[in-house]
Amino acid sequence: MTAALSVDQLWKVFGPRADKIVGSPDADLPRAELLDRTGCTAAVKDVSFDVAPGEVFVVMGLSGSGKSTLVRCLTRLIEPTAGEVLLDGEDVRTMSDARLRELRRTHVSMVFQHFGLLPHRQVLDNIAYGLEIRGMKKKQRHARAQEMVDLVGLTGNERSYPDQLSGGMQQRVGLARALAVDPTVMLFDEPFSALDPLIRRDMQAEVIRLHHEVGKTMVFITHDLAEALKLGDRILIMRDGEVVQVGTAAEIVAAPADDYVRDFVSDVPRSHVLTLRYVMRDPRPDDSSDGLVMGPDTIVREAAHAALTSDHPVRVVDDGELVGIVDDETILRVVVAEEAVLA
Amino acid sequence: MKRPIKRTPALAAAAVGALLVLSACGGGDIEQSGSDSGAGGDDSQASECGDVNMAVNPWVGYQASAYVVGELAASEFGCTVEYRDLKEEVSWAGFSSGDVDVVIEDWGHPDLEKQYFAKSGDGSAEDFGPNGNQGVIGWYVPPWLAKEHPDITDWENLNQYAEDFATSESGGQGQFLGSDPSYVQFDEAIVKNLDLNFKVVSSSSEAASIAAFKKAEENKEWLIGYFYEPQWFMSEVPLVKVDLPPYDPGCQEPASAADCDYPVTELKKIVSTEWADSGSPAVEVVKNFEWTNEDQNAVAAMISSDGMAPEDAAMQWIEDNPDKVEGWMPS
Amino acid sequence: MSVTAVRGGSGVEGIGSLLRRPPGWLLGVAVLALWIAAWAGLRGNDTLALPGLGRTGLHDWFTGLKGDLIDSRESNVLMQVTGVLADLLASIGGWLQELVAQPAFPRPVPQVGWLGVIAVAAWLSHAIAGWRITLLVVASFLSFGLLGLWEDSLDTLIVTFFAVGIALAIGLPLAVWMATSKTVTTLLTPVLDVLQTVPAFIYLLPLTLFFGIGLPAAVAATFLYALAPVVRIAAHGIRSVAASTLEATDSLGQTGRQRLLQVQLPMAKKTIIVGINQTVMAALSMATIAAFVDGPGLGQPVLRALSAQQVGTAFVAGFCIVIMAVMLDRTTTAASVRAETVARAGGRDVRRHRIVLAVSGAAALVLVYLSRTYLWAAEFPDTDLGSSVAAAVQSGADWVTSTFDVVTSGVKNQVTALLLNPLQDLLANSPWWLAAVAIAAFALVLGGVRGCLTAGVCLAGIYLTDLWNDSMVTLTMVLVATLLVMVLAVVLGVWMARRPSVDTVLRPVLDAGQTMPPFVYLIPALLLFGPTRFTAIVAAVIYAAPVAIKLVADGIKGVSPTTVEAATAAGSTPWQVITRVQLPMARGGLVLAANQGLLFVLSMTVIGGLVGAGALGYDSVLGFSQGEFFGKGIAAGAAIVFLGIMLDRVTRRAAERTGAGVH
Repeated sequence: MTAALSVDQLWKVFGPRADKIVGSPDADLPRAELLDRTGCTAAVKDVSFDVAPGEVFVVMGLSGSGKSTLVRCLTRLIEPTAGEVLLDGEDVRTMSDARLRELRRTHVSMVFQHFGLLPHRQVLDNIAYGLEIRGMKKKQRHARAQEMVDLVGLTGNERSYPDQLSGGMQQRVGLARALAVDPTVMLFDEPFSALDPLIRRDMQAEVIRLHHEVGKTMVFITHDLAEALKLGDRILIMRDGEVVQVGTAAEIVAAPADDYVRDFVSDVPRSHVLTLRYVMRDPRPDDSSDGLVMGPDTIVREAAHAALTSDHPVRVVDDGELVGIVDDETILRVVVAEEAVLA
Repeated sequence: MKRPIKRTPALAAAAVGALLVLSACGGGDIEQSGSDSGAGGDDSQASECGDVNMAVNPWVGYQASAYVVGELAASEFGCTVEYRDLKEEVSWAGFSSGDVDVVIEDWGHPDLEKQYFAKSGDGSAEDFGPNGNQGVIGWYVPPWLAKEHPDITDWENLNQYAEDFATSESGGQGQFLGSDPSYVQFDEAIVKNLDLNFKVVSSSSEAASIAAFKKAEENKEWLIGYFYEPQWFMSEVPLVKVDLPPYDPGCQEPASAADCDYPVTELKKIVSTEWADSGSPAVEVVKNFEWTNEDQNAVAAMISSDGMAPEDAAMQWIEDNPDKVEGWMPS
Repeated sequence: MSVTAVRGGSGVEGIGSLLRRPPGWLLGVAVLALWIAAWAGLRGNDTLALPGLGRTGLHDWFTGLKGDLIDSRESNVLMQVTGVLADLLASIGGWLQELVAQPAFPRPVPQVGWLGVIAVAAWLSHAIAGWRITLLVVASFLSFGLLGLWEDSLDTLIVTFFAVGIALAIGLPLAVWMATSKTVTTLLTPVLDVLQTVPAFIYLLPLTLFFGIGLPAAVAATFLYALAPVVRIAAHGIRSVAASTLEATDSLGQTGRQRLLQVQLPMAKKTIIVGINQTVMAALSMATIAAFVDGPGLGQPVLRALSAQQVGTAFVAGFCIVIMAVMLDRTTTAASVRAETVARAGGRDVRRHRIVLAVSGAAALVLVYLSRTYLWAAEFPDTDLGSSVAAAVQSGADWVTSTFDVVTSGVKNQVTALLLNPLQDLLANSPWWLAAVAIAAFALVLGGVRGCLTAGVCLAGIYLTDLWNDSMVTLTMVLVATLLVMVLAVVLGVWMARRPSVDTVLRPVLDAGQTMPPFVYLIPALLLFGPTRFTAIVAAVIYAAPVAIKLVADGIKGVSPTTVEAATAAGSTPWQVITRVQLPMARGGLVLAANQGLLFVLSMTVIGGLVGAGALGYDSVLGFSQGEFFGKGIAAGAAIVFLGIMLDRVTRRAAERTGAGVH
């Protein structure tokens, strides 16, 4: 199966004669030195990754890490300096303007941190804007927009103007607008960081729900690790424009690639993230064969209750083969050690 | 709520329809009342005379002449007279562009004649002869000053009074109040060439000059400046002329060497060549128009001190002077 | 706590900056002292003074250009084109005049009489701006008629709307172009600068060569003057559309055209309407001045009254212009708000609105029909209102001028002797190079290196016009007038900002002062002060003060109420609050007021030339009035533009620098 989105050695350099940097020795310089020497900044530096169809892929990094630039390079809202972006196998960088527009209209849509709604249009017409510009008749596009209104839970607010809505509701409009064009890939640029924590939680749940319902491929940018761990099938961690680590939540927490990532994930409740695969020990011949059977990707916290109430250690079975054993002590160590940290 | 919604557009449509029908045949009343009042004049005459574009230069005496001729042409021949308030220079440019037909009082513009007369210019304008007014330009003082210091009317005594004429604008010298920049003037050169200890300060407009002389007479202030006749203000405050060295031809050439009084100018009429050939009866009227300084002052005073509209002042004079008017009619 | 921080903080900061480097005012004083010392020794040398009727080769060369232009009338393509344009303007304008303003031959009255015009105006204003505005519009039109100036008022409206229409048709695309291209912005900005600073007198005469006189010339002149505001403000509006919205809509795959029409223009609409409003106001003021080339409308009675010294008559016509300005201003402003509220009110209101419009539209058409048919509805009934108002104003003005004569001469002589003459002596009697260096030094102190460079270029330009001395005399008047404007602005602005009731009373007066054609108050000013530089300064102050006062008042109102509250809570006296908190914090507003004050005062230079200001004003009027001095007038216009750009850029740089100091 081909990847829904494939990024290969992507660069974005801002500054004078930016195209001369990639491939030269300067490209390897740290940021400050590069700026000093050439006046250029490498916002995205040799980034490669693949996103599978239906996957939620999260790009996480602090501000200035280049993540927002990266996501804009995917549909050339910012023109990349070098590298390759393939969407369903088609090279985005060589597309003509017309083809690129076509791609944006039907294939990839985006949700923004500051919503980017049109203040002079009602909710319904904001949602229908993407359909309108590709020439859909008014009746049809309003019908489609109405479906989206219902889908994101805005029913009753169709005739409102953006400034009459709360921030959370405005972002639902943004979400509906992106969904309306029925894209195969959806890009989210820190969509919830401007919202209150409670509303943010609702919206995250909303995205999870929508993902289950419509099953889009999603690329999600955030600076919030909890959000990344909650939503992402896989997570890419960026720093200074470079990829530091790519992996599932458990991989990242269990095996941080360097001190930077380790520091990052140090506060994460491990029992919420780690799976049995990372805490089990090898089976021994004297192990009880009466224990509960669980998969290696079961999260520790979810396994905890059943494991602790059972008299026997949990048997971790992958593809019918016993791969490991998790006993009460192991589970308690993960849960309690973390409580000690949190306390 | 529903019934009016359905009915109103129909109503509106009916009203619009009715209106269209009405306006198609409308206008009768106005047409009638128009000819009753006589304001529009008679159609046949109107087509014979056509338009007269009368330049109106910015002094009241000019207005008097322009409106008397204009109103006469309008009332007798039904001409459509357009009065156009313009400075001299712009008026002459109007001959060339076809916007102006008549300048009724010209004080002599050799440079403009060169530009617009057939002899050396584009031939768009021509001289239509004197209008009877004698233009006198000169240096004047208010009557009280001439009475208290009779010797002041001789230019040779001016320097001994220079200090009295000093103002905030003249920087220690005596102030000479110059004229509207558009008028013919040589005062700066005269002051210099006669070694007078004066500084020319422009009043910038006829209105300002009149205001200054009026105030000077009322408050017995010292003032000397450029003025001219015919001018209605003279009947209100009879300014006294200061004698400069008498004019002889050439004493103002070149302008920077001027050291003499201004010449008495025969004011004349200038018209557009094209209009002069149009055969309009108004052409004859302009050609024949001639009156005296007193005539003009009378009309100008009605306009300025009595505050009459120029049209009304002109019509009144026309009514009061049938014999003079008769002489201007086409033979 | 925070108050001690504010007060103490500024004190500490003041001392700190004293230690670091000398403050601006000290440098300024130093420059002034050096200048005076040099002036004392060199006074009167190299002043480049030119007699009032003197002219130079450059001036004659410009004059020659005009002659060549006239000679080439038959062959010059540009003049042929403008000639055709002028004919077109004249016939459309003439048709409009016959439609509503002037007798449409053979009818003794226009096609549509006063009743019909009012009905249509009421209907239109109701459609776009709501019933309150309708009342204002009807009252305004009625007052035109009642004051006896129906025809002139409608002529002014025709010229204004005609010129604004063309200005919008050309200006809005230009604005879009400017908003999307940096190159176009760089190219157009100086052109717009020149259009806004060249005095009308300078281009009225050349315009007559291309457009003749009367309505076409008036429309052309008005168009030229009114073009800049809408281009500038609309371009700014389009450029200010939130980048996040543009990006979001781009991500949906819109074309450039969709981006412009669906996103940028609708989102910039409010700003664009502000631009249109400014353009209408500019057009109205120029439509009055166009009376100098026989432009039809209210300017004509004003000018006629000026030459006959009838303050009352001039006032009545000027008052009509004020009414018209208020009417157009409120209508355009209300229209922008209205469009949105109607759209937002939802379906039912829109439908009801349409019904009302249909019914009232039909009624208006009936009235139009009546006004075509019956004389009473066609010709506005004669009233004595205009003449009695004129008489009342006249006698009031006569009383003022005769009563205060002595006082005003005293004031005039004092200001002239203490302020005007010494400053003029310094500026105009210094050798030109000394004055140039000194001015450039001031520009350096105020506006930094870039301000100094601009000043240098402008000073060189002034030198090249051969009118250095006149420019210095004019600059003196501009500076003195601006000083008076700023004194007024600070005193009245503070008062208005602190007392809402004062604001309520003063604001309409200021609005009127700003829109009243200056010619109207020239007459009483002349009677009070005679033809002097001071008269010109008084007229310039009357014209420029309203803008400056409003800017200062708004600037002070913009000071955070929390800060004022905190200062009051710490026990500051009102005087301390004003001088230590409000004025320093409204510094940006003050500098902006000074900038606008300077430009407004400068724009009165030529008007000043009509009341004895001399210098560049006189040169301009002379150039307009006498053919052989045409070139000198053009040179004076160029000098005024150089002065304007110099004063504008230096004060703007100064504003940016104080702004930088604030943050």
